[in-house]
Amino acid sequence: MANPLADREQRLAFFQMWFSDTIPHSKALGIRIIDARRGFASMRLEWREELVGNPETGVLAGGPLTALLDGCCGMSVATLLKEPKPFATLDLRIDYVKPATPGQAVIAEAECYRITHSVAFTRAFAHHGDAKDPIAAAAGTFMLGTKGEVTRPQSIGGEAMGLEIKP
Amino acid sequence: MSTLLQRLAEVRKSGEVARLAEAIPYARWMRIAPENGTGELLTRMRYHDDLVGNTFLPAIHGGTLGAMLEMAAIFHLLWETETEAVPKIVNITVDYLRSARPVDVIASAKVTKQGRRMVNVFAEAWQDDRSKPVATANAHFLVTSSDEAPPSL
Repeated sequence: MANPLADREQRLAFFQMWFSDTIPHSKALGIRIIDARRGFASMRLEWREELVGNPETGVLAGGPLTALLDGCCGMSVATLLKEPKPFATLDLRIDYVKPATPGQAVIAEAECYRITHSVAFTRAFAHHGDAKDPIAAAAGTFMLGTKGEVTRPQSIGGEAMGLEIKP
Repeated sequence: MSTLLQRLAEVRKSGEVARLAEAIPYARWMRIAPENGTGELLTRMRYHDDLVGNTFLPAIHGGTLGAMLEMAAIFHLLWETETEAVPKIVNITVDYLRSARPVDVIASAKVTKQGRRMVNVFAEAWQDDRSKPVATANAHFLVTSSDEAPPSL
């Protein structure tokens, strides 16, 4: 059977389901998956009044960026798993490089640059469309094979992992 | 003067610390607010279903724990230090120690080092048992008035 994730649209729908629609907090933030390749994930968060930290400037609070970057780093790990297994954030560092521009959507891009049996290492940036002009930078490590089960939708099928993804 | 600092001045008179959160839209949305019923300033994130990150366990989303630790540090700086500006976060490192169950999360914060411009804060979050933290964080904040802060922040 052909790998369903070879198709970009199906791949984005798969990760949209796994990393946003079935995660109540990501769904509440309205996170959209905009790219997924081996070791790489990208997500988009729309600006909303409820997510503002300073009502005078309209600048987003740090919290929504933390949740976005955590999720994006996690998804970059998931793109490298050969089979579905649960994993959890071990630590996450975020540098707030400059304030987000009020009213503008935030794009996160994460790379999983090393994965071992137990630990995966990721880096990420958040920006408004120009990756060279970041709002925030992140480094996250993840513990693989933690307790629990993967919560991704079973309907998509287990053969979907071990991605044969064309760029 | 900012809305938040104005609110701080009012709260210093009334003692109703929870009202500090009303000035921050994100804190209201997340149901994160400070409390000082025990004489110690703590920050509580009230459980609601939108906080869940893993529906199977179930567990609260790690991003929300980082967010509430950051808010706990900000409320601590506003309330416990003589700040003249709203603290601006520079960076934060969150360690995830246990999965957080679908109940309230409480956090405390303390200043590790107070400088003239920069403050280092440690914050710790737990649920029922304070001796079993679910997450801890270290964060840096700029505490100078905006005139003195670098243009990027």
